[in-house]
Amino acid sequence: MGAGHGHRLHFHGHSPVHRAPAHLKVLALLGFMLVVVATPRQAYPVFALWAAVLLVVVALSRVPLRYLLPRMVVEVPFVVFAVLMPFIAHGPQTEVLGVSVSEPGLVAGVALLIKGTIGVLASLTLAATTEPQDLIRGLQRLRTPDLVVQIMGFMIRYLDVVTAELGRMMTALRSRGCDPRSPRHWPVLARSLGALFIRSYERGERVHLAMLSRGYDGRLPQTGDPR
Amino acid sequence: MHVPDGFLDAPTSVATGAVAAVAVACALRGARRELDDRTAPAAGLVATFVFAAQMINFPVGAGTSGHLMGGALAAVLVGPWTAVLCLSVVLVVQALLMADGGITALGTNITLIGIVTVVVGYGVFVVLRRVLPKRLGMVAPAAAVGALVSVPAAALVFTLLFAVGGNVPVDLGAVMTAMLGWHTVIGVGEAVVTGLVVASVVATRPDLVHGARPLLVERELELRTGVGR
Repeated sequence: MGAGHGHRLHFHGHSPVHRAPAHLKVLALLGFMLVVVATPRQAYPVFALWAAVLLVVVALSRVPLRYLLPRMVVEVPFVVFAVLMPFIAHGPQTEVLGVSVSEPGLVAGVALLIKGTIGVLASLTLAATTEPQDLIRGLQRLRTPDLVVQIMGFMIRYLDVVTAELGRMMTALRSRGCDPRSPRHWPVLARSLGALFIRSYERGERVHLAMLSRGYDGRLPQTGDPR
Repeated sequence: MHVPDGFLDAPTSVATGAVAAVAVACALRGARRELDDRTAPAAGLVATFVFAAQMINFPVGAGTSGHLMGGALAAVLVGPWTAVLCLSVVLVVQALLMADGGITALGTNITLIGIVTVVVGYGVFVVLRRVLPKRLGMVAPAAAVGALVSVPAAALVFTLLFAVGGNVPVDLGAVMTAMLGWHTVIGVGEAVVTGLVVASVVATRPDLVHGARPLLVERELELRTGVGR
């Protein structure tokens, strides 16, 4: 693939975690998170063990924690939900810092925070150590339907092209005094999105014609270095 | 708003994963009918467009911001099967490359954002298209109503899943009221943006809008003579 070197979350490195085959990493992440999710919510020593396992993998990958931690903000909306849990749940009440909260709610909220945080950090570690192309090859090896793999490949290939196009449109709008966040300017924003859709769709058609002229028969040829 | 790991218990996550897998398998067959052999590049670029459209945030009040889910929008623009496929791929990429939404919750997220919004949004759209006057101008309002209904519908299904797999003794009625109220507000934003985007595409390239195709077929060729010189 010609464009791009990695993606926004990728952290270049040569550690054992970086070199591990992508399909094994995806399976490991899925298995690890299923075990974490299935862990009883009050088994705090077990959670500490899972967190330690995860931190060892992070340390092995040599991706600095200060690179990963700021990127954990994706979790924030659900932190709010977890914090609300002790207040909206029923059950016996208990006192925390002088506030009366529901005990099962508190337990559930804390478990939610622990499991969610481990999940985000584990997913970030996969994203930081895996190139998109390797990920696609890994999914292919996991017998993901060929069409899904192809669609994902095209999406990742053109992600930067289309988002950069959107970025240029937004710059053009702002330089003409438009504020895309304001509902007053939604009609302008929506027309831009409409234009972006037409451009994306037509780009897809052009790509398809270019592929046909190079002998595309519904399957992508296996190219590139087999890793 | 992607569901993270640990929100629903393991059996519920696995069950929604199975639902998502079956739906994606059906969508794969359906999308071939909608797009024939253009499927891979066209759906890939539409998925990229959905991803880009989701990047635009709009304020929903109380200092928080929502973003477009795009289920109804994609369904009206490219057809329901392709829309399910595109949204699922977007969610997989977000989970694996952007850590947005947990990997064990991937099935839940595909079910909520990929399937429920598309099925409800497109269902409402098709019913309205049948009821409303058969004019191109009616496509955008019908899509907007579809989008408006699709967002609270996804919130409703989430609340039901939470009741089954959340394992928290909460007052379900209160949670449902809060979720529905909040998501109706988000749905209004979704509806306005969806309607405006569909209107702009219908105005310039109605042939690209999947939901407008039956209306285009019925349109008769008009020869306007005697105008000007």
